[in-house]
Amino acid sequence: MSVLIYAENAGGKFKKSIFEAVTYARAIADQNNTSLTAISIGDVDATELAALGKYGAEKVLHVSGDKLKNFVNQAYASIIAEAAKKQGADIVVLSNTFSGRGLAPRLGVKLEAGVADGAVALPEQSAGKFTIKKTAFSGKAFAVVELTSANKVIALVPNSYKVVETGGTAQVEDFAAETKESDFKAIIKEIVRSTDKVSLPDAEIVVSAGRGLKGPENWGMIEELAELLGAATACSKPVSDAGWRPHSEHVGQTGIAVSPNLYIAIGISGAIQHLAGISSSKVIVVINKDPEAAFFKVADYGIVGDAFEVVPQLIAAVKEYKASA
Amino acid sequence: MKILVCVSNVPDTTTKITFTDNNTQFNTNGVQFILNPYDEIALSRAIELTDNGKGSVTVINVGEVNTEATIRKALAIGATDAVRINAKPHDAWFVAYQIAQYVKANPFDLILTGRESIDYNGSKVAGMLGELLDMPSVSIIKRLDAGDSTATVEREIEGGKEILTIPYPFTAGAAEGVAEPKIPNMRGIMSARTRPLVAIEPVEVKTFSEIISYETPASRGQVKLVAADDAAKLVELLHTEARVI
Repeated sequence: MSVLIYAENAGGKFKKSIFEAVTYARAIADQNNTSLTAISIGDVDATELAALGKYGAEKVLHVSGDKLKNFVNQAYASIIAEAAKKQGADIVVLSNTFSGRGLAPRLGVKLEAGVADGAVALPEQSAGKFTIKKTAFSGKAFAVVELTSANKVIALVPNSYKVVETGGTAQVEDFAAETKESDFKAIIKEIVRSTDKVSLPDAEIVVSAGRGLKGPENWGMIEELAELLGAATACSKPVSDAGWRPHSEHVGQTGIAVSPNLYIAIGISGAIQHLAGISSSKVIVVINKDPEAAFFKVADYGIVGDAFEVVPQLIAAVKEYKASA
Repeated sequence: MKILVCVSNVPDTTTKITFTDNNTQFNTNGVQFILNPYDEIALSRAIELTDNGKGSVTVINVGEVNTEATIRKALAIGATDAVRINAKPHDAWFVAYQIAQYVKANPFDLILTGRESIDYNGSKVAGMLGELLDMPSVSIIKRLDAGDSTATVEREIEGGKEILTIPYPFTAGAAEGVAEPKIPNMRGIMSARTRPLVAIEPVEVKTFSEIISYETPASRGQVKLVAADDAAKLVELLHTEARVI
């Protein structure tokens, strides 16, 4: 019995969401007085791998190979499942990223494991029951799910567990995994990564705007504020439906659910579908000229005012704060 | 091309979610159920790909008889026929297992789901089906172009996108961008009444998860308002009080 964490890399580096997942997996291993092994697939250098020890991994299995440089859902799932079996791991933890969501269900089937995707807290283990809290109804609620199988797969929502540095250096081992030809049917033609922008699903700060901005030409100030704060930009559904912003920025019940430390909503009324996608944000700031906007009811801080006057002032204030910090 | 679209019956997006029986049951009282919005996108794309006699679209749902209104909606949008596996959808594994048994007996070139259902947000069925049927799966696609023997899909990744080509058959979860949802027209609604909707019985399978209870997000305190001309105050509060910048 032990815990295995899949450490997904992005261009050879681990992101904060992975450190969260390793910290989280460490806590689960501690609950069960057992060890934590991480597995990394693709090209990651030895120093980066060993650094996973800081978050509590004792050992890191390193799988590399020409065909494994980039994420291949089927092949990666086969390798992680094989590693889990060889390590005797009965709990496999992933980060609930886009790739993690592809892996979790396949691992669930391979390992005959119950899958708790969208987990937001540590499992509770008592009287032989293993229960875990996960998001449900697109952020409008949580469900407490009992996993009744011997093996378990858990996918942790980014930004829902705090990174803790406890350990030192992990021992890195090469792991040779067998893959089948049929695991490589899907072929990657192109990967496009915008390097200058913060990725929305794992952003710590999100600056989001709605129809109150009146048109796509007015997004310059939103982008400027986001850049100053190191934030990702987002938008409401009517804005992406109108083609003012790409669908990938649509936050809400039928878009992306986010849980940043700070969510700044500008000119968004706060329809129930939008609120569903942002309800687990830690701090919510609302800027809206309508004092009756529903969004103020769920906000921590608010400014009643015209976005076209408030946002430039906010940009100036952030600049001043940064200059003095 | 034969396409299977897996659909679920979910609470309307405007639903205020509440629970009964000491927070152990979802309160369906007064709740309107709809075709899952992402499944609608998958279905709309499937119909576009098979237009003009280029194939057929079967919709499949695991649900009790009360989901038939939603299945009829899918037929009205333009699906060729429909299958309902007569069982309560216990969890994603149960649903995927039932659909996989059906597909083993009735093969398809392409199996689409929505990226997730808006009730339990699993995005698991497409991946589980892929594994059960030994096919590639793509969890969240933003574009789907069908060629003769392979399809080209665009997958979302953190801060970017990935373009893949995949030979049929495979499974994928459709998200916004794949198609504009189609609205049923009068002819569709009329013909939906007579299109085949077959109910079949489920097979037995052991499940691995149970929902024990529900929680609603903790409510926030009263909003703290800052004057419109005092943005500096907001920045100060975010720094010293909320400690988020």
